[in-house]
Amino acid sequence: MPPRTSSSAAAVTISADGRSVRVPAGVTVAAALLELGVSAFRRSVSGEPRAPLCGMGTCYECRVTIDGVAHRRACLVTVAEGMYVTTATGGEERQP
Amino acid sequence: MSAVAGSAALRDGPATGAHETRADIVVVGAGPAGIAAAVRGAEARRRVVVLDEAPNVGGQIWRHRSPGTLGTDARTWIDRLSRTTADVRRGVAVVDVVVGSETGDITVVAERHLGGVEVIRASALVIATGARERFVPFPGWTLPGVTGIGGAQALLKQGVTFRGKRVVIAGTGPLILPVAASLTDAGARVILVAEQAPFQAVRDFAISLVAQPETLLQAAMYRLAFLRTPYAMGTWVTAASGTDRLAAVTVADARTTWSLPCDFLCTGYGLVPNVEMARFVGCTTVEGAVVVDERQGTSVPRVFAAGEISGVGGLALAVVEGEVAGAAAAGVARIDPVLVRRRQALRVVARRMERAFALRQELRSLARDDTIICRCEDVRRAAIASLADSRQATLYARAGMGACQGRVCGPALELLFGWQPGTVRSPLEPARLSTLSTAALAGAASSDAVHSAGS
Repeated sequence: MPPRTSSSAAAVTISADGRSVRVPAGVTVAAALLELGVSAFRRSVSGEPRAPLCGMGTCYECRVTIDGVAHRRACLVTVAEGMYVTTATGGEERQP
Repeated sequence: MSAVAGSAALRDGPATGAHETRADIVVVGAGPAGIAAAVRGAEARRRVVVLDEAPNVGGQIWRHRSPGTLGTDARTWIDRLSRTTADVRRGVAVVDVVVGSETGDITVVAERHLGGVEVIRASALVIATGARERFVPFPGWTLPGVTGIGGAQALLKQGVTFRGKRVVIAGTGPLILPVAASLTDAGARVILVAEQAPFQAVRDFAISLVAQPETLLQAAMYRLAFLRTPYAMGTWVTAASGTDRLAAVTVADARTTWSLPCDFLCTGYGLVPNVEMARFVGCTTVEGAVVVDERQGTSVPRVFAAGEISGVGGLALAVVEGEVAGAAAAGVARIDPVLVRRRQALRVVARRMERAFALRQELRSLARDDTIICRCEDVRRAAIASLADSRQATLYARAGMGACQGRVCGPALELLFGWQPGTVRSPLEPARLSTLSTAALAGAASSDAVHSAGS
């Protein structure tokens, strides 16, 4: 068990496209992914990379798979310890 | 089930049972209007349930991760809400609403983002669903790195660091200034703020605000905060380019065009009221806003509307309207005349602003034949330009049939072609099949429901 520091207390570990990463607690999945450099959250029906546009749940461009549930709006879900996220960047199949 | 609902229904997730709650008032939306309505309703000793999609209350303008970052007004209202008995459910999307006959229940079905269904039965409904941003389609607007100004603000508050990023802001109206200021404060390099309205319109509007000193002062403070940023009036972005993400934008004014490399482009072409739920239950709308009476009552008995959906007017107006709607939904006989006068004054300012920042004609012709208009279904301009209305665009070309259900392309079609939005259908948001079956069991799908009046 690694020693806990004050910074790790305010962080959670999620899996993003198979990578295990520490992200600040309280951020949304969208923010965490953008900070990790993910630019293609999903692929459009004609294969274009897409990323958050509205940031408030309207446009559905930030859809990713969270804990096995497809089409979750990353901008509306807060990161949680052990959360498992996959995106188009990680080879997620097209999401019509 | 209709084609639209079928297309919007997403893969079934882990099923959990529905959770039923009975209330006097159900408030949809926990932004300033919804919070004020819930507070007034609960303080009048009514059982209030509030539903919101976001992880925290506050809506867009009072969005926060920790209360310490909130301004005084926001904290006061949010604290006041938490002291009431109002039951606030966050992280839920309303997928269906049925307004029963005269005395019957109003049933609201909502889905939790990561599983689970809520069914609320109440005798009054306050719709406070706020507004979204208007997006103007232009070549390259689908590239990652292009967001709304509200989107950038939201992502910033959600935890995105814009430090060192080159940001271009393009749009119209006073809302672009505070976003430029907060991105600058966050360490972004805001290299251009392009206001599409001409200098004269901006100046005339600023002069008209002299009667509202606090607003003028606020704008000036924001202006000072990013003084080193070029603020160009009569200037707009015509295109964005890049391969897998945004690399540069093309900017135009009346005389010339030029290219500007950047990491983010944030556009803000005004707000569109989120009237879908109101239209769905049959509320009358005029020019995209819900028609309300003195008590914020809609054309549907027992259904009230407050905030941006009854006409975009900003934070102060939303709070006043929310207070009125909450009191009215609680059956309070006499509405505070101070609130009524304040509401009238704020509505006058809102109308003036709308005129000053009308969108220029050039913005309607930025999209080329191969520019995507409907981002969900990748429908390009050429596929719909020769059609007659948004219904044809949906039926023949699938525009508006994707996950956002026309919330982004609908206002764009109106701007480009003058087409009115199509019929609103259930589910109001894409839902899992298990949610839809719960909605059906809850009576939300019954064929004699009053909500069919909306179609």
